[in-house]
Amino acid sequence: MGFFKTRLFWISLVMVVVASTLPLYVSGYILGLLTVAYYFGVFAMSWDLLFGFAGEVNFGPTFLIGVGAYTAGIINNQYGVSPYVCIFIGAMAAVIAGFVLALPALRVRGPYFGLTTLVAVLMLQNFIVVFADLTGGEIGLTIPDVITISASANYWIALGFMTVSAAILYGLSQSPIGLVLQASGQDPVQAGALGFNIVKHKLFAFVVSAFFSGLAGALLVFYFGTASVGTVVDVAVGVNVIVAAVLGGRRTVLGAALGAIFLIVAGEFLRPTGELATFIVSAIALLVVLFFPGGFLGAAMSREART
Amino acid sequence: MTNVTSAAQKARMLPLQILIDGFAISALYALGATGFTLIFGVSGVLNLSHGAIMVAAAVAAWAASSTFGVGNYVGAVIGIATALVAALLTYFAVVQPIQRSRRIANEEKEIFVLTGTLLWGIMIQEVIAYLFTNNAKTVLPIVEGVVEILGVRTPRNEIFTALVCCLVIGLLWLLVNRTKMGKAVLAASMNPRGVTLLGLELTNIYVVVWAIYGVLAGIAGVLLGMFLGVSSYSVGPLTASAFSIVVLGGLGSVSGSLIAAFVVGYLETFTAYMISPAYRTIPALLLLVIVMYLRPQGLLGRR
Repeated sequence: MGFFKTRLFWISLVMVVVASTLPLYVSGYILGLLTVAYYFGVFAMSWDLLFGFAGEVNFGPTFLIGVGAYTAGIINNQYGVSPYVCIFIGAMAAVIAGFVLALPALRVRGPYFGLTTLVAVLMLQNFIVVFADLTGGEIGLTIPDVITISASANYWIALGFMTVSAAILYGLSQSPIGLVLQASGQDPVQAGALGFNIVKHKLFAFVVSAFFSGLAGALLVFYFGTASVGTVVDVAVGVNVIVAAVLGGRRTVLGAALGAIFLIVAGEFLRPTGELATFIVSAIALLVVLFFPGGFLGAAMSREART
Repeated sequence: MTNVTSAAQKARMLPLQILIDGFAISALYALGATGFTLIFGVSGVLNLSHGAIMVAAAVAAWAASSTFGVGNYVGAVIGIATALVAALLTYFAVVQPIQRSRRIANEEKEIFVLTGTLLWGIMIQEVIAYLFTNNAKTVLPIVEGVVEILGVRTPRNEIFTALVCCLVIGLLWLLVNRTKMGKAVLAASMNPRGVTLLGLELTNIYVVVWAIYGVLAGIAGVLLGMFLGVSSYSVGPLTASAFSIVVLGGLGSVSGSLIAAFVVGYLETFTAYMISPAYRTIPALLLLVIVMYLRPQGLLGRR
């Protein structure tokens, strides 16, 4: 494996090692912030697998996240099953949801696909509000159990989860499957003519993306202790996931995680500016889209390739 | 209330009420969606800052007439002008740079335009929220009072809204089909390269289309502000509803989006009256999913 000799691998390794020592010397507040950022990183990476590689604009990442989060939350809330079982069932529910969404969605392309996924989010949102007895409605769902209450342990779980997800998703993107996905995203007709089953590959990408989104969503609600539309389902959350992935650099997977961490940390730094924080973050993202379409990691890697 | 209407009388009025309210809502949806579909048809751009531009128009009209007291008519004109400026800015600051960029591969431009206009829309929304807070705002209506249509009490403003929408859509039809400029726009939507070969500057045509779009979105926004009121929270739902109406009708087909606007408008009104306002958008969303599955190109779209 040539990857283990590349600079990217060593940089990532150093970053993960440094990140894992953070609980020794930073405050619980910063740890909490980064914990959320790491889960967000997984959302963005799973989204990049679909968008960057399969070339499908999924406007509804929060459909998969929300199904995973709410399924895990409801089972815990209603039956008091152990969190680990709930999280597993949540991830499986997201996979099924991804499958159900992908079947009709893969019949259509481009903007039509985008809209189908967007509608899925709006339907889920309506469902949650209508079945308020089960889901907690607009107020949110209380989740009685937690995995752990230690800030450091939660931080390590999130970091470990993000690292493992990143390794799997990045490995997948560099594998032959990832190459076929990329080919079918760029020219589906030609990729099909070469004998690859595009629908099967895209369906696979959808299911993998759904699995990690759902798992991260379920873990996140157990960290928050509550599931609400505003934190895991709302279209605005989905927009943030998309912005994170585009900022970090599409088709890089790892860049998406960087983008998500940047987005959350920047939002926190800009908190003193009050209501203008979102404006500034969006403006930065727009400038990146306009002038560095490759994103953070894309810009860095193309510079390295040039020298 | 002096005249208490009996339950039976109310039940008789209900279909008529749905017919009237549904018409006004649908006409408003249609006006909002025409500009959106026009831009897509001509330049292949899906403008996700649509809702933000509409809200900007309504809020500008509201601020001008209630805070600065310039009167309702001047306020409405200021609102429309704001939308025009916002639309042209969207084109020059976001869409054109992406379309001309050499660093973005051609097949990816569509995705970048979507992301870029989405971010731009959020920026407009945040500026509105910062300057004028998130509170809901109702633009003072130009016409006031109520009239009875066959026994249904209807605000004059509602009739005014429906009339203006139909009038503007009619004018747009004349502009596109009967003027030289309109024909150039139509030609550009069919074959951009052919238009350039005839010696017409494609950029000029795009600017004209974006200007028309700005005026349409402005009128729709101001009317919406008078009819239902807006806040910076309506940005997302407005974009989503325009998007779904346009896809339901078939991307780029103006007549398709008009039909779709009426289907969605009536379906929503019917659900709100007959079932519950809480379920208002659900049947329309279901319909959209079914249409996408059975006829992915939309009602009148071409593949």
